[in-house]
Amino acid sequence: MIKLTNVSKAYPKGGLALKDISFHLAKGEFAFLTGHSGAGKSTVLRLIYADERPTSGEVRVSGFNVAELKSREIPMLRRRLGIVFQDFRLLEDRTAEENVAFALEVTGARRSAIPARVMRVLTQVGLAAKAQAYPRELSGGEQQRVAIARALVNEPTVFLADEPTGNLDERATRGIFQLLRDINASGTAVLMASHDLDLVRQASYRVIELQEGALVYDSAVDDSGDRAASP
Amino acid sequence: MNLVAREALLAFRRAPLLSALSVTTIAFSLFVVGLFGLVAINLQRALANVAERVEVVAYVLPGTPIEASALALKDIEAFPEVQSATYVSEDQALARARAELAEFQDVFRELERNPLPASIEVKLKPGYRDVAHVNAVAERLRGFGFVEDVRFGRDWVEKLDRLRQIAAAVGLVVGAAFAAVAIIIIGTTIRMAVLQRSREIAIMRLVGATDGFIRRPFLLQGAIKGMLGGLVAIGLSYGAYTLITRYLLQAAFFSRPQALAIVGFGMVIGFLGSALSVGRHLRRV
Repeated sequence: MIKLTNVSKAYPKGGLALKDISFHLAKGEFAFLTGHSGAGKSTVLRLIYADERPTSGEVRVSGFNVAELKSREIPMLRRRLGIVFQDFRLLEDRTAEENVAFALEVTGARRSAIPARVMRVLTQVGLAAKAQAYPRELSGGEQQRVAIARALVNEPTVFLADEPTGNLDERATRGIFQLLRDINASGTAVLMASHDLDLVRQASYRVIELQEGALVYDSAVDDSGDRAASP
Repeated sequence: MNLVAREALLAFRRAPLLSALSVTTIAFSLFVVGLFGLVAINLQRALANVAERVEVVAYVLPGTPIEASALALKDIEAFPEVQSATYVSEDQALARARAELAEFQDVFRELERNPLPASIEVKLKPGYRDVAHVNAVAERLRGFGFVEDVRFGRDWVEKLDRLRQIAAAVGLVVGAAFAAVAIIIIGTTIRMAVLQRSREIAIMRLVGATDGFIRRPFLLQGAIKGMLGGLVAIGLSYGAYTLITRYLLQAAFFSRPQALAIVGFGMVIGFLGSALSVGRHLRRV
């Protein structure tokens, strides 16, 4: 599904953001990407959804090679991914329903099929009753559910979540996390960046830890669980 | 409704103030261009009116038989530059002089014989009323054996030429400057509209919208704004024209094709401005 091989990312001014990262996320797998802020979690995700290109190394995402992707192929890659963020990124002047429908419209989906598909995912995230609400009328947790519904509506094979619970209280966090587990249970691979260690410990999922741009721990490789000391 | 049209119209509804501002800005920019256009059109008309009086007169030797002149008249009328050629006999010349120069009635009455020569008056077609063409026609008239002299007010035609050149140069430079200012202002306004929606554009991209999909509503919106701005500009120009004609002087307004050209210009600028702004924005982020 996702395969990073010796990936480095350097910014013209910011120095080296990622140093020689390699990992492989299999189909249907769930993995946490952890590390302090600035460790490179978001950069890894951005490489996966082709918002950035690797400086060296190879990033493969469900058949696409990100380094060689042409600009016009990027939308095709993103339609295979579901992406959610800490700040939800909803369109403020559209209802929950319209926000979700929007993701279908941009792909040129059949118009007549859109309302049913939208309602199905809104039901799946438990927000069918608030389909007509605008983002400002929803709580943080509800907004994130709309974002998740939008990410799901194109039936992605990989689900990326960048600190999806970062802005939420504990209760909402548990709800969103459970939703992601459900999504994973239905066969979608999930890569979730989070620095919430309680959340990470709560489940026995794979953990990939970054430190200053380097991969320092991968529970799939290092089963013993003793975290490698910083070099 | 088509998705592109719907998105374009939604943008008007979602940001009515900014949309109205864009249309107003475009309207006033084009209004300035339009006012200048009106000045140019009227100046051109005035010059054309003056130029209509450009005339070459060939004086015929006394005693030339009228048949010879009539024959020559046919040849002269066949010149490519010539609009009309009229034979004025000696008697007609005298009658005209009497009518036009009433204060010299006494002088004319005391004449024993008519001192005025017969002549051929040649008017040139529009587009040939400049020094070079007038000279060429005069040269050819001199070639007729019975022509004694050719007059055409060289100084006057030269001045007219000069005036025309100045008007054309000023029109071109000032017109281009106004058009450039309009393009820059309209471009900036459209850029604002694009920036205002940069968050939305980022989200569109995130969910897999192609650049073409993002661009199309902007282009349509730009063209619509340009068209509305153009229509308002024509309205404003017409208002200004009405005031000028009522209180200052009789002037001409745009012909229908000219008015359409202004609206079309607005549409093209709106469209290209959007294409440029969105294109730049999409390449950058």
